[in-house]
Amino acid sequence: MNLRHATTVYLKELKDSLRDRRTLVSMFVIPTLLMPVIFVAFGTVTTKLVRKVRTETPTVMLLGGEDSPKVRAALAAQPRLKIVPSADDFRTRISEKKLRAAVRIPDDFDRSLHEGRPATVTIYTYEGELRSGFAAGEIDRFFRDYREKLIQARLEERGVPPSLLKPFELTRQNVAPPEKVGGNLIGGIIPCVIILLAFSGAMYPAMDLAAGEKERGTMETLLCSPASHTEIVLGKFLMVLTASLATVVLSALSTVVTFGLGASLFAREAMASVARGAGGAAVRHALPSLHPGGFLLSLTMVLPVAILFSSVLFTISLFAKSYKEAQSYLSPLVIVVILPAMLATLPGVDLNATLACIPVLNVALLSKELVSGIFNWPYITLIFLSTSVYAAASLTWAVKMFNRESVLFRS
Amino acid sequence: MIEARHLTKVFRHRKRGEIRAVDDVSFTCRPGSIYGLLGVNGAGKTTILRMLATLLQPTAGSASVAGLSVTDHPARVRARLGFLATSTALYGRLTARETIAYFGKLNDLSAEQITRRTEHLATELHMHDFLDRRVDTFSTGMKQKTSIARTLVHDPDVIIFDEPTLGLDVLAARTIIAFVRDCRDRGKTVIYSTHIMSEVEKLCDVIGVVHGGRLLAEGSHTELKERTGTSDMEEVFVRTIGAESAA
Repeated sequence: MNLRHATTVYLKELKDSLRDRRTLVSMFVIPTLLMPVIFVAFGTVTTKLVRKVRTETPTVMLLGGEDSPKVRAALAAQPRLKIVPSADDFRTRISEKKLRAAVRIPDDFDRSLHEGRPATVTIYTYEGELRSGFAAGEIDRFFRDYREKLIQARLEERGVPPSLLKPFELTRQNVAPPEKVGGNLIGGIIPCVIILLAFSGAMYPAMDLAAGEKERGTMETLLCSPASHTEIVLGKFLMVLTASLATVVLSALSTVVTFGLGASLFAREAMASVARGAGGAAVRHALPSLHPGGFLLSLTMVLPVAILFSSVLFTISLFAKSYKEAQSYLSPLVIVVILPAMLATLPGVDLNATLACIPVLNVALLSKELVSGIFNWPYITLIFLSTSVYAAASLTWAVKMFNRESVLFRS
Repeated sequence: MIEARHLTKVFRHRKRGEIRAVDDVSFTCRPGSIYGLLGVNGAGKTTILRMLATLLQPTAGSASVAGLSVTDHPARVRARLGFLATSTALYGRLTARETIAYFGKLNDLSAEQITRRTEHLATELHMHDFLDRRVDTFSTGMKQKTSIARTLVHDPDVIIFDEPTLGLDVLAARTIIAFVRDCRDRGKTVIYSTHIMSEVEKLCDVIGVVHGGRLLAEGSHTELKERTGTSDMEEVFVRTIGAESAA
């Protein structure tokens, strides 16, 4: 094999691709902007939405309890709730989001409390709706406080110390390093995104360099040159791989920058919260962080996956007569790729020797461990080797297909 | 020199079964001459030429280009051959100069050789005005001149032209025909495939009439005219394939 031919094909494809607006968008623009846009847009929208909901006073309907003026008065005095008159259609109004929640106070509530008889307060809410959830939370908080005060008063009345009901305190403390917490929180998402980017980065050039060339008639021009089929496949495959890796690397860089900026913003907010005495430390600890070495190693593991994607996509695209046909073959494959990557995010799916041999899933599972700072070297070696074997097999398949007349001159 | 001996190509189609695109075709094309392959669309001309250019493997028979077997030494055959077909398009995002250089590199020419050949071909084909423009802005004539330049960058001994004037205006077609004639005059072995009778008459030393994948008649245009008893080339063609159809 003449490597000079393969290099010539590669360099020409690179030059050609860098002059193509569609490749530039899929190779540079999307991966660079994807992470910041997701983080900034999602973060901004969520923050704004939550802030707006928090500042809003939810409308709550008070049902029953006409004979319990004490609790009604206490509820009405709540500044965080806007009590509206009782109506029979409260369920419909909650469903239609015209009313956030309703609370039913049983008959003789005040008297039942006074006499020490059990009573049940019911909160009606729209499950899963943010505003309704906040309203229900406010009502819940009010009744808990109300109950607490009642217990305190009863204990005092009977001369019993409050510690009798609470013989000990229970606290929870995290001992896991922040990167492991971060790894668990977002460790599953990052490999998913990286794998998807490696795939999408390879998809457009694979279609253009195989089916696109056949459609435009330039493939036959190239086949007339003394370059062998293997050399042509290698040059074209390297271009597809370059696009895939460029997409991943650019996206990784933009992720690091986004996380870096996000971290400093979080830290600033945390300091400000500390100054206000409002649990700044909690905010700081909530910030997920990644193990830098693990993050880099998981990027390295993407290499065989990118080789696998590039050769498979190139080969399948070769079967197509036109760019459009290639698109219809390759687009559904996104699901085939994303499913194992998503499977890795499920709780309880952990790396073992069998899963280490399943392409895509193995790298997704490993990356989850790596960004948490767990380095399981036997599995790392096994996954690297098995994925490399799959990649080599698919590349051999690509060369074999490229040598078939029925594939190259399909009509 | 090109030699085809009992060249046969059978395609296996899932629905249409076996298709004998080329059936037992034999001919010889000598250096310093133009061999014209004359036939209607779908006659099998392109399949014959693709086999000679090593793009397709013959099902049976053999062929050699510049003394090299197309099946045994495909890469070496391609290095000695220039193949220009209607189906061989250009890269729209490259300039004409870059296109010529690309194929020069694939033919293992040095940078100096590529520069020299580019200048030479650009002068011969009147390409200097558009040499550094991107191909996707070219007219059909400019594209065809660029295609010829990339086909001949390595100065091959054997040149195959498959319908090179298709879609060109009269002036562009004349330039191409003059260039093909010039190739013959410089001792190259040229195969010229077309369905335009006037071109065959003007250019070809030997004409092979291909129909239904078979070579029905071969000879100079004078010989063919004598054989069919007509002085019109179109009539020669119709009578040749008509006789076959009637048989």
